[in-house]
Amino acid sequence: MKVIIIGGGKVVYFLAKTFFSKGYEVSIINLDRDYCEILAKKLKANIICGDGSDPRILEDAGALQADLVVALTPNDQDNLFICQLAELKFDVPKTFALVNNPTNEWIFQKLGVTKVISTTSIVSSLIEQKVAVDDITNLLPVEEGRVTISEVVINNDSPVVGKRLKEVQLPKESILGSIIRKEEVVIPSGDTELLVGDKVIAITMPENQGQVFNVLLGSENGG
Amino acid sequence: MYILIVGCGKAGSYLANSLSKKGEEVVVIDKKESAFNNLTSEFTGFTLLGDATEFEILEEAKIEQADVVVATTTNDNVNSMIAQIAKEIFGISKVLARVFAPRREEIYRQMEIDTVCPTTLSVMEFERAIFDS
Repeated sequence: MKVIIIGGGKVVYFLAKTFFSKGYEVSIINLDRDYCEILAKKLKANIICGDGSDPRILEDAGALQADLVVALTPNDQDNLFICQLAELKFDVPKTFALVNNPTNEWIFQKLGVTKVISTTSIVSSLIEQKVAVDDITNLLPVEEGRVTISEVVINNDSPVVGKRLKEVQLPKESILGSIIRKEEVVIPSGDTELLVGDKVIAITMPENQGQVFNVLLGSENGG
Repeated sequence: MYILIVGCGKAGSYLANSLSKKGEEVVVIDKKESAFNNLTSEFTGFTLLGDATEFEILEEAKIEQADVVVATTTNDNVNSMIAQIAKEIFGISKVLARVFAPRREEIYRQMEIDTVCPTTLSVMEFERAIFDS
């Protein structure tokens, strides 16, 4: 898998490291020479110093062979153009655009960039739903975030402690895939009881993820 | 005609002054207040201070009523984004974008955005002057 990341900061560095650990081939494009030099010392990635929205720079980064382009610059218009360039000129099968202004989420989708990541929306929806983030880990988006898998730890204050699953009112389009109870993995049925310390693997649509967390942890829980 | 111009730099303000003098209704958007100093007394239109990549600013400029939208900022990607929003979301039939890098023109064509490339135009003019003399 060949990945091109455009952008800077810690996110790009750690994302590149994560991709490396998965065995991906990573190229990073950034305009800032100092940042590029630091990255080049730390990572074995192919680092290109330049404007990622310039077709020639993108080609230098291997856009013709790339499987994935991730545009993470702080400027939405650059991310939009990079993804369009990657798709139209280089036929890159998958592109992701970060939007900083959440309004641009639907605009980008309307303009044909379907894989849009809005950190502002994600963070604000978590805060809005007063979710206890401490008890939730491994937020894993699947299929460009159309489904998310998360691990929720049931604590003493959870309103569902001691309840059977069939008594728990989960929103539609969400299921609890499995429960990790100490060393054991339980595939739950309606009669499975939820206990303190259970790690529940919840599979949800992003829209009702917060609601699922509320049901499992209580809406005021540490929120 | 209602013409919305984004960017009030040298080109944008020149165009705004000229169109305004011809009697067209003109609104110019720029994110720098000082940019509006480029407008002359010939300009009788409106100015709007703000970042035109923010959807709300375009709405405030009543972009949906525009007959023509011209994106003249010095940033190619900003121009491209605004042109696409004008065309695809607001259905403006005549949209023009300035693009400096000739290498990007091809992609604009694929996105069906009409462009004006100062670099290409200057080169053509230079060549004409060289060979005509």
